[in-house]
Amino acid sequence: MTLVTFWFIILAGLWTGFLVLEGFDFGVGMLHGVVGRGEAGRRVAIGAIGPLWDGNEVWLIVATAGMFAAFPGWYATMFSGFYLAILLLLVALIARGVSFEFRGKRESARWRRTWDAALTVGSLLAPLLIGVALGNLLHGVPIAADQEYTGGFVDLLNAYSLFTGVTVVLLCLLHGATFLALKTTGEVREHAVRVGRRVATVTAVAVVGFAVWTYVLVDKGLLASLPEMAAVLAAGAAAWLVGRDRDGFAFVATSLAIGAVVLSIFVGLYPRVMVSTLGSAADLTVTNTASSSYTLRLMTIVAVVLFPVVLAYQGWTYYVFRRRIGAAPTGAARPRDRQR
Amino acid sequence: MSAVDLARLQFATTSIYHFLFVPLTIGLAILTALLQTAWHRSDRSEYLRLTRFFGTLLVINVAVGVVTGLVQEFQFGMNWSAYSRFVGDVFGAPLAIEGLAAFFLESTFLGLWLFGWDRLSRRVHLATIWAVAVGGVLSAAFIMAANSWMQRPVGYQLNAAGDRAQLTDIWAVLTNVVFLWAYLHVLAASLVTAGVVVLAVSAWHLRRRSSPDVFERSAKLAVVVLVPATMLVLFFGGRLGINETKYQPMKIAAAEGQWNTCQPCSFSVFQIGGGNNDQTPTKIIQVPHLLSVLSTGTWNGQVVGLNELQAQYQQQYGAGTYIPNVFIQYWSMRTMAYLGVVVLLLSLWGAWLIWRKKLATAKWFQRAAIWATVLPFLMNTAGWMLTENGRQPWIVQGLQLVGDAVSPSNSVTTIVISLSVFVFLYVVLAVVALMLMLHFARKELAAVPVAAEDDAPILHFTY
Repeated sequence: MTLVTFWFIILAGLWTGFLVLEGFDFGVGMLHGVVGRGEAGRRVAIGAIGPLWDGNEVWLIVATAGMFAAFPGWYATMFSGFYLAILLLLVALIARGVSFEFRGKRESARWRRTWDAALTVGSLLAPLLIGVALGNLLHGVPIAADQEYTGGFVDLLNAYSLFTGVTVVLLCLLHGATFLALKTTGEVREHAVRVGRRVATVTAVAVVGFAVWTYVLVDKGLLASLPEMAAVLAAGAAAWLVGRDRDGFAFVATSLAIGAVVLSIFVGLYPRVMVSTLGSAADLTVTNTASSSYTLRLMTIVAVVLFPVVLAYQGWTYYVFRRRIGAAPTGAARPRDRQR
Repeated sequence: MSAVDLARLQFATTSIYHFLFVPLTIGLAILTALLQTAWHRSDRSEYLRLTRFFGTLLVINVAVGVVTGLVQEFQFGMNWSAYSRFVGDVFGAPLAIEGLAAFFLESTFLGLWLFGWDRLSRRVHLATIWAVAVGGVLSAAFIMAANSWMQRPVGYQLNAAGDRAQLTDIWAVLTNVVFLWAYLHVLAASLVTAGVVVLAVSAWHLRRRSSPDVFERSAKLAVVVLVPATMLVLFFGGRLGINETKYQPMKIAAAEGQWNTCQPCSFSVFQIGGGNNDQTPTKIIQVPHLLSVLSTGTWNGQVVGLNELQAQYQQQYGAGTYIPNVFIQYWSMRTMAYLGVVVLLLSLWGAWLIWRKKLATAKWFQRAAIWATVLPFLMNTAGWMLTENGRQPWIVQGLQLVGDAVSPSNSVTTIVISLSVFVFLYVVLAVVALMLMLHFARKELAAVPVAAEDDAPILHFTY
């Protein structure tokens, strides 16, 4: 295996890991107002991802920086070409990122409603835009032979990419619901299960649609379509498991479904990294966008040394916060007195 | 304005804004860790209360720092795609290592620290805040290595076509002498920033006699950190200046408004006029030999003037103007240095008061300390203006011009949209963050929280 292929796999892994992990954060962000009817319920929902979401979002930063380091040509074309979409994504990520911290910092219902809205909308927009962006890598956008993007914003709004975006949003919703079902107790959990059951079927249908469409688009035979098949199976399993008191399995199923969807895009791409609609000669590939072998070797050493450490302490975090959380029994000390 | 100017304006705006939060995060994480260590060792509840108090300020600050950092990470590709293609090989690597080595550490352990009060043993919980502090210190290392490479490119080779700089020696990048001094300078500046903020907040409470016995401790800690940190920030900055004179003579000549070569050179303390079209400003005060000492480290050192450098550069790089904005250079240098001296005097004053045991009651000192809050932010901003404006018109010194670095596919309209969006969003964030910071900084110190019972369903109401 060449270094460029290795780095393509690393990047596919980083994007997959990012959406599997941050996917449920997005889902919880979208759902926190639905599953938590009162302030206490909302806090339980947000508290479930509280210690985790920031570390999860770093996956996106590392995926981006890794792309910059390993495939600067890809990074340059994608981020300058998808400019306005990326701008919107940044707005969404900023809005939801600060909402977590800001919402509880003042005793005012209006204040909280404002940040809750920012959290909900940001958590909806972010996976939508990321899904559309990933879809566009595979669907293709106008890229000239000099690797410069020649299209506009509307070129990003093709049917396949939009459908990918919607699929990712639905998966995040379901993923968030299974996460909350797994990590909370009481009313929040009941609501989460109910929401999960409601969106499970439509999500599974969307995944099937995505899988077929991607299969047709990629057209590389059945072997290259293993991730699509895995996505369909996992989404089906998730739809079946939700609400059957199999919280752990349901969560594993949604994780696999979302991971397989992202993977199927990257498997469909390889060895390309961005498809050009102006002819395959202008496609960006792992070789014509890659860094020098010195940089790739250096990055490989760094990744091989550091990544296991990162996985270990992130895994430990999940272990530390493994217990379900729920609302306080009435009469208990008010939350704000107990924690800072 | 052209697309280049707009892209520059956007980068300047978003970077300066981001860096209002970064040094405070780095420094405050260290100070919070020190407070928690003091609690761990002494078991005195005052230190626990202070840890939580300043930890809240840290967390609000981190929130804005993290989200505005995302913009930085994406912006190279969005606005500077030609630059990204040209240097991705060298520049992308430190950014990726920063993410893997530092951001993961900082974010993951901040979550553990914030939510882990009743889940982790005291010792492990203490380790998590230190991990956050280490993450901040590490992230600064890699980003400064990347930035220093733009100031003084080393350890690279141009490819055959000459359109890409390729990394050949990471060790050279990490031992770049400009990087070493710039990094130490930034670390010291972070401690100064956090030190002044902690001192100001403590002084505010001392003046109102709210928990004076407790806030006297944090004020003392701040002064104890500030005295050496301020001296070091000046010293490291001085060493950085001497190296910049060597590798980026234009930057220093412009910062001194030195049009003609001099030897020995006197330092202009204050001048009226000056700028790129005024080579003969009215110099009010001049200190003989000081410029030689500051920029070369010798009593009679030579400083090459802007006119001579311009002639040299034209010969080397072809026709063009290679002189940065002299007005910005001159005044950002002085803002940074003079305010640095003011902070040093303030911290020495504080040290004297600690020695006389009058810190808790010295009204004038407390008043001065409260108003000093703005100084480190002005200094940090001026420092970056000095170093980045001084590199102009280059984006990578001697290798690529800023004008050649922008994304060719971006229209003026696109950048105007994004710039407006960022300005609007950042103003909102600034107002909210400042409001919350002030609110929590002025809040009375909370009592020691009662630990939750272990068997109850656990609540995490940190948000």
